Order: sequence, then structure tokens, then C-alpha cells
Amino acid sequence: MTEFRLYMAQRLSALVMAPFVLVHIGVMIYAIQGGLTAAEILGRTQGSVFWFAFYGLFVVAVSIHASIGLRTILGEWAGLRGGARDAVSALIGVGLFAMGATAVWAVTA
Amino acid sequence: MPGQDQGQDHLTVTVMRGGSDAPQRPEAFQVPAYDNQTVLDVVSWIQQNTDPTLTYRFACRVGMCGSCAMMVNGVPRWTCRTHVNKVLRDGALEVGPLRNLPVIKDLAADMDPFFDKWVAAEGRHHPTRSRDDDIAPIDPAGDDRQAASAGIECINCSICYSACDTVAGNPDYLGPAALQRAWTLFNDAKDDSRDAILDAVSGKGGCHSCHSMGSCTTYCPNDLDPLSAIAGLKRATVKRAFGGRK
Repeated sequence: MTEFRLYMAQRLSALVMAPFVLVHIGVMIYAIQGGLTAAEILGRTQGSVFWFAFYGLFVVAVSIHASIGLRTILGEWAGLRGGARDAVSALIGVGLFAMGATAVWAVTA
Repeated sequence: MPGQDQGQDHLTVTVMRGGSDAPQRPEAFQVPAYDNQTVLDVVSWIQQNTDPTLTYRFACRVGMCGSCAMMVNGVPRWTCRTHVNKVLRDGALEVGPLRNLPVIKDLAADMDPFFDKWVAAEGRHHPTRSRDDDIAPIDPAGDDRQAASAGIECINCSICYSACDTVAGNPDYLGPAALQRAWTLFNDAKDDSRDAILDAVSGKGGCHSCHSMGSCTTYCPNDLDPLSAIAGLKRATVKRAFGGRK
């Protein structure tokens, strides 16, 4: 049933990401209309629980979604099988989470 | 016109030879061209008139038995119902063994993996009653029966399995025919093991490996729709996970 759990995790993470992507792009387009400096952006995001939760959840969903998708590609295109494929895709997931979490912490802490 | 180099009355047919004990290599044959002939007619002509060692498989010659499928100009087709004139490419014909299966010899593919996966997908009948019971009444117009009936004309030719790029990339994948069979039985009121079927198609290489590319439905010679059957299985497994019962 592991394959089914991965399938569900990927679909559910996609469900979570869809509104995040729309809000992310929408806010970017709206916010830069009058020109916006890095300091002004940080002024809005630092200390904000909302943006921490928003991008924190976004990073978690991306890490789950992308690593499961890449696991399939590693199997079908790179010929990786079994434990090696699981280990590489898990490592990618952890890497994505680490990079994303660092970025979220840097702009919201 | 290339391929018809002996006037208009001959075709050049390239046949893939070899198998498990010899590397595959193309061999060209000159075959008389007729207005009406099938790819199987051409292969048979070569075997009967030029090279009796050419190995291929057929039985019914009328599109019922599913034995004669081969790659024809790179596309899996039932050769007994495929007219040469409709598939010629620049006047040439190239015939090979089915893709995604081991080759026994020449044009005969080893169907074992195909049928093993049929069984692995629980593609067998699980009876609800014994011979001593009455026959269960079935409404032919019911939704379940309609879904089951949609797939029962499968002739096990393996064309969908051969056309599937997911099978090509993932040797564990059960493939469209086996999954369509599972979906047929899942919808059959006379089948008693819906949970066993969903378990069988939820494991490694099950229905969730399908990328919905649709080559199965595109190439099925009987116009069946394994793509939708697999989508049905995915929906049924998700529904079950959320506590839904059929």
C-alpha cells in the first residue's frame, strides 16, 4: 500500500499548493506595481505569523510533492530501483525542505 | 517509389529477425503487392515462399483470438485486420515483434509477463455463489454492468501493453489490459472480492503508476478504453481510503 500512500500524499500536497501558488503569484504582481525595495518587503514579512505559516506550509507541500514526483522519474528515466530510489528521492525531499525552511526563516523571523 | 522497386507489383518488407539466443537484425524481403492484403498475409507469404524459418504467431485471422499482434512501422497492430495499403510509409513496411515483451524468436513475443500481470491484478473470477445456487439476476442497463461490459471485449492481444510508455519505463507496472480486467471484475455484481482487487491494483506497479498518457485507448484495436478503466480504479481506491464503499 506504500505506492497508494505516496499517490495520496502527492495529490493532497498538490491540493494544498494550488491556492498557495495563486496567492503567491497574485501578491507578487500586486505588490511590485509601485516598485518595492527588499527592505520594504522584509518590513512586511518579518515577524509576520501569517507569512511564516503561508510559506512554511508551502515549503512542506513542495518538498512532499516534488520528491514523490522525482521518485517516479528516477525509476522510469534513470532506472533506479528499490531502496536506492527511495533514498535519493527522500534526500531530495529533505534538501528541498531545508533550503525552503532556511529561506522562510530568513524573511519571516 | 521507394519500397516498390520491382515496378508496382512488389513491396519491400523489412522483418526483424532474431530472439533470445541471437541479436535482433532487420532482413528485407520482396513480397508481391496486391490491392487487398493484410500485414499477416505478407508475413505468411514470406514464411511460405521465401524463408520457412520465419517465426510468427497467429490463429483465427479474423480479429478474435489476439495472437497476431506485431509492431508495424513502429506501431502495435493486429496484423490480421491491418491492410497493408493503410499502413505503408513511403511505400515501405517494417514488421517487428511486440514492444515491451521479451522476444522468443523473430516476430513471436513471449506473452508470459503480460499474463502473469493479468493474474497479479486479480484478473480472475471470485464467485459469489456455488453451482447449487440460483443464477444471480443482473440488470444489463445498470451502471455497474455498463462499466463492466465496457471492457469485456478485450482479446488479450497485448497491443495496449506494447503501446504503453509507462510499461516501457517501469517493468513492474501491471499495464492497461490487466488493470482494465480488474476494473471489469470490480464492477461485476457476480464478483465477490472487490477489496482484494483494489489491494492488488494499489501495490507496486499498480494503477497509481499510470500517467494517463492514453496510448492504450488510442491503439486498442477493439476501441476499448483502458485509460478510463484505470482512472476508475484510481477513483475507487481513493474512495475506499476515505471510507467510501461501492
